[in-house]
Amino acid sequence: MIRLEKRATPSKQWSLAAPLLAVLLTMIAGGFMFAALGKDPVEAIRLIFWDPILGEFADYFRPQLLVKAGPLILIAIGLSLGFRAGIWNIGAEGQYIMGAIFGAAVGLAFYPAELWIIFPLMVIAGAVGGTLWAMIPAILKTKFNTNEILTSLMLVYIAQEILKSMANGLLKNPEGHGFPGSRNLAHYSASSNPELIAGTGMHWGVVAAFIAVIAAYILLSRHILGFQIRLTGESPRAARFASVRPNLLIVICMGLSGGLAGLAGLFEVTGPAGQITDKFNVGYGFTAIIVAFLGRLNPIGILLAGLLMALTYIGGEMAQLQLSIPAAAIQAFQGMLLFFLLAMDVLTNFRIRFGREAA
Amino acid sequence: MKSVKSILAGATLALGLGGAAYAEDPLKVGFVYVGPIGDFGWSYEHDQGRLAVVEHFGDAVETSYVESVPEGADAERVLTQMALSGHDLIFTTSFGYMDPTINVAAKFPDVKFEHATGYKNADNVSTYSARFYEGRAVLGTIAGHMTETNQVGYIASFPIPEVIRGINSAYIHAQKVNPDVEFKIVWVYTWFDPAKEADAATALIEQGVDVIMQHTDSPAAMTIAEERGIMAFGQASDMAQFGPTARLSSIIDDWAPYYIARTQAVIDGTWESTSTWDGIKEGMVEIGEFSDRVPAEVQAEAQAISDSIVSGEYHAFTGPLNKQDGSVWLAEGETADDGTLAGMDFYVEGVEGDIPN
Repeated sequence: MIRLEKRATPSKQWSLAAPLLAVLLTMIAGGFMFAALGKDPVEAIRLIFWDPILGEFADYFRPQLLVKAGPLILIAIGLSLGFRAGIWNIGAEGQYIMGAIFGAAVGLAFYPAELWIIFPLMVIAGAVGGTLWAMIPAILKTKFNTNEILTSLMLVYIAQEILKSMANGLLKNPEGHGFPGSRNLAHYSASSNPELIAGTGMHWGVVAAFIAVIAAYILLSRHILGFQIRLTGESPRAARFASVRPNLLIVICMGLSGGLAGLAGLFEVTGPAGQITDKFNVGYGFTAIIVAFLGRLNPIGILLAGLLMALTYIGGEMAQLQLSIPAAAIQAFQGMLLFFLLAMDVLTNFRIRFGREAA
Repeated sequence: MKSVKSILAGATLALGLGGAAYAEDPLKVGFVYVGPIGDFGWSYEHDQGRLAVVEHFGDAVETSYVESVPEGADAERVLTQMALSGHDLIFTTSFGYMDPTINVAAKFPDVKFEHATGYKNADNVSTYSARFYEGRAVLGTIAGHMTETNQVGYIASFPIPEVIRGINSAYIHAQKVNPDVEFKIVWVYTWFDPAKEADAATALIEQGVDVIMQHTDSPAAMTIAEERGIMAFGQASDMAQFGPTARLSSIIDDWAPYYIARTQAVIDGTWESTSTWDGIKEGMVEIGEFSDRVPAEVQAEAQAISDSIVSGEYHAFTGPLNKQDGSVWLAEGETADDGTLAGMDFYVEGVEGDIPN
């Protein structure tokens, strides 16, 4: 008989091995799925995991990995701080949208002026937009004790409606022939967020993501706030004795995650995406939740998880293009990754025992 | 580190040389779809066009596609991927791919791009769209005859000229055969969202509508119409299987003739950047079979409108027509010019409500 026995403390080794094992199991299960669809599984896995990094056109795709991973990492870092303290901001997608709208609105207000100050102002506006949107669930929680999971998630849908309204109204390109969508911010040099070094994919958003990883690492390992976050998550009772003010912590964590999500939105709308459109958001805010957990809520882990996630997107497109694998199968493949990771978590927290339970 | 520009330049050079050296190689044609090919609407019909290309050319072409590509940064990457992997002709089948198409086309001057429904051309970027409003004139005629409550529901996607043209054309022709007809318009701000489209259909039915027209891509409204025992029209594809009783007719997008012609042009070396706007005559807009539910004389009348549009005797926007505010748009016998139609941002007289902005 097999049974699970709870570990006194989560296993360090399993915590590190679980993501690797999850990736391996995803490859195997995904391979079976591709084979069932009549596609060569080995070729498909190679296209997804190998070609974007070392394949024929990797010179183009490696930088694209950073472009795709940048917003995921930036958002996931913010989310991980709250998650560690048991504060569940599920609405990063909405904060991402609001950051983009705030930042784009500032940039468009100056159009067509060419001043160096415009872009920095937009960055600030982006962070403010995301933070303010995250403050709604934060204040609702601290004042009325509402569940932030629900309120932050519901606010995503409100943000999407605001985005549609902006793309079709206030921020619509007056020269756009009536089609929804703002002016292209990437085509207007004062507001554009270009590649900083040609051919690297590095734009300000990727730089910000790297800074966030380092800052979060220092915060969690060296700073009193990081200590309070960890303590609150691990032992809320002990945290109270250690004079942690829970409401303040909620406001700080929600604000930080919202601000970083807002920044990600701003960098995306000024760079890779270019315009505010009704479909500007493509789910980075939700995917970042997966990235945060895939990275074990650890800054370095999140960095790697973000890159891995980006790889499955870009490689998935290659598999679609070259093997005609349906998009839904690629999404199922990404879903498997999270599924197996969560399943592997059992091994981190439990020990598998064979035989009868001792009396 | 090598710059992307030089890599891309190298890649395009290689493509150019490759084309000359291996003329026997199949032509690679790529398609980018905004929805899943199983949407039974917009993307489905573009994929049908792709399959027609495969059937027509056989081994002379090799096609590939990527579905559900978000408009924006992701589209740009997918297009680059296609160009890098040696595609000679790429169809980008959604309006939102406009800027990405232009951006990528600038980096790959030897690759031909075809962008659906946009307005930006370049030396290697053509645009193409269909005169769906011609089809709506036919469906509007049927709707006007068939409604018993005199309430026609219209599920509209975005307040852009194409959709407004469709509403106007359908209304003008419904009103011509039934002066009491009213249109109830719901804006759903999506091209494909079965849940929202179903909600819109339900809301319209609650308001007394008994015929539904739609300018969104899923068969959700058709399914609701079937359940609730009212009438509807297929959109983009025939949708007969979703509303065997409810369906009266349909507007079918038929991209096959265009896709075959453009592929042939690349093979022949005669491809040029063009702006195409084809209608029923060229076969880009097709009217689905009329259901038996539509009386013979209505069928004949609808067919007559379609025939007169094909022959060029009749234009779907022929005066006298006033704008919603009562001001004169087209005088007796005058027809609308393409420029006005392309930028149409007003309702014709009789349509109620405001165009949202």
